[in-house]
Amino acid sequence: MQKITKPVQLFLLIALGFALWFPSVGDEFYVELLINIMIIAIFAMSLDLLVGYTGLVSLGHAAFFGIGAYGLGIFFGEMNQYSIWAALPVSLILTALAAVVIGWISIRTSGIYFIMLTLALAQMFYYYFFESKLYGGDDGMFISTKPDVNFGSIQLLDLGNEHTFYYFTLGILVVVFLFLVMILRAPFGQVITGICANEQRVRSLGYATQRYKLASFVIAGTLAGLAGFLEAAHTGFITPSYLGWHESGNILVVVILGGLGTLYGPIIGAVALVLLEDFLPDITEHWKIVLGMIIVCVVLFLPNGISSLSGKIFRIPSQIMKTILRG
Amino acid sequence: MTTGSPGNNTPLIEARGLHTFYGDSHILHGIDITIHKSETVSLIGRNGMGKTTTLRTLIGLAPPRQGTIKVHGRDIKKSKVHKIVHQGIAYVPDDRGIFPNLSLYENLIMAARSGPNGRDDWPLSRVLDLFPRLKERMGHMGNQLSGGEQQMLTIGRALMTNPDLILLDEATEGLAPKLRKIIWAVIKQIKKAGIATVIVDKDIKTLLEISDRNIIIEKGKIIYDGDSEKLIKEPEILKKYVGV
Repeated sequence: MQKITKPVQLFLLIALGFALWFPSVGDEFYVELLINIMIIAIFAMSLDLLVGYTGLVSLGHAAFFGIGAYGLGIFFGEMNQYSIWAALPVSLILTALAAVVIGWISIRTSGIYFIMLTLALAQMFYYYFFESKLYGGDDGMFISTKPDVNFGSIQLLDLGNEHTFYYFTLGILVVVFLFLVMILRAPFGQVITGICANEQRVRSLGYATQRYKLASFVIAGTLAGLAGFLEAAHTGFITPSYLGWHESGNILVVVILGGLGTLYGPIIGAVALVLLEDFLPDITEHWKIVLGMIIVCVVLFLPNGISSLSGKIFRIPSQIMKTILRG
Repeated sequence: MTTGSPGNNTPLIEARGLHTFYGDSHILHGIDITIHKSETVSLIGRNGMGKTTTLRTLIGLAPPRQGTIKVHGRDIKKSKVHKIVHQGIAYVPDDRGIFPNLSLYENLIMAARSGPNGRDDWPLSRVLDLFPRLKERMGHMGNQLSGGEQQMLTIGRALMTNPDLILLDEATEGLAPKLRKIIWAVIKQIKKAGIATVIVDKDIKTLLEISDRNIIIEKGKIIYDGDSEKLIKEPEILKKYVGV
């Protein structure tokens, strides 16, 4: 994977410091907003693994987000008390299984056919939950309480507390980021990055590329399921729209806006999109047009996403310094 | 068709009656080709005659509709490309196929694997000794390398798979004369190391100098197969089919 430059590392550390400090001074509304941003960032990073690193553009990624959420709702939604050590694995296993099935079928195709297959298969899941009276149909499902995080009889975290949930989500965001950095720097990451550039060439180096694509698909899907689990646990509510193509398109926009194939780009994209969606309605009732124009401008003028600004911004002070030193 | 004498009786690759198509276009018309251990074979012919298709057929990228291909005596016609590579065949394509989004080091290391019999003759250090230029550029991304460096990397990557045979497609194409000399010197070293090669190149003079055997392809058919000495004595064949 591309090296994360020192200035970007510094920026990420400052952002982490800000995120750790913010709940102690910030308004509850913004704490809530940041939880939302972090969940979207995890979801977007999972899609970046697929689109930005493996070169598989999926329009059905929201299916896994929704399945992760429904996994919690179906098995634990009506319980007054349940452990995260049971609920989280159930959600992740369900999502991974769905990703194996969808991935196994989809990776046999490429390009537009892959997009259409992921879209069609994800829509099948969407319509299943939309029409399923058992799982609330169009009305969705409620989750009565947040999961317990206990070690034996000792309570480790009280996720019912908004600030605790905030730090819990931040911790997961950091772990997911580091996990993805680790696998992308491992031989597995080199192979999928190679597949993104030239799959035939990777095959002629002796790799069974289909297996690697499927593994990437399943990891990405499972991480999206993790984001869905967090969303369901956070809001206490699940709706079939979580699985819809609209949500898949939205998360693709987050990745493109932030910068494909960077990992930190999707985090920046999530911050940008959620903040814009929050502030623009205060300025104009036609805020979606403004949002659309901003996205168009980013795509036209920053084809590598907002994260590509970092290189340009950090270059300015170094150029000023060089000019001063030259006298 | 004239048949040349193989240097070794154990065929590394034995292909019979290959018919390869791209869609409806019939490219190879019943090609028979045998490559022996440590043999250097050149594939000669005008553009569009089927040289690259022959290499792609042997490595499995363009599977034949008819014919048989045996590697070490084992039928690989229905094998997938990665399985054929595991049999000890490496391919250096004409487009080089460098991964631009990986560093030079990552490009090399991802190709590393033991040979068919567990051989590990080409570790990274030996490949870098062969291409000292690459040593200086290890941290650079694939898209930051010059054409010559990319070509060295492609050959280095093939060697990292510890192959018995390397299929080299236009390895010196588009390079400056100085770089061409380097690549030819490396090919000679590969030959010296006992690795068989099938070379496609436009530099006929050097090909005749380096090859044990030369195969001329015309419209998807082999019309000549013989050693360099013999071919040099028959210049009218080269003039007729290659234009030199």
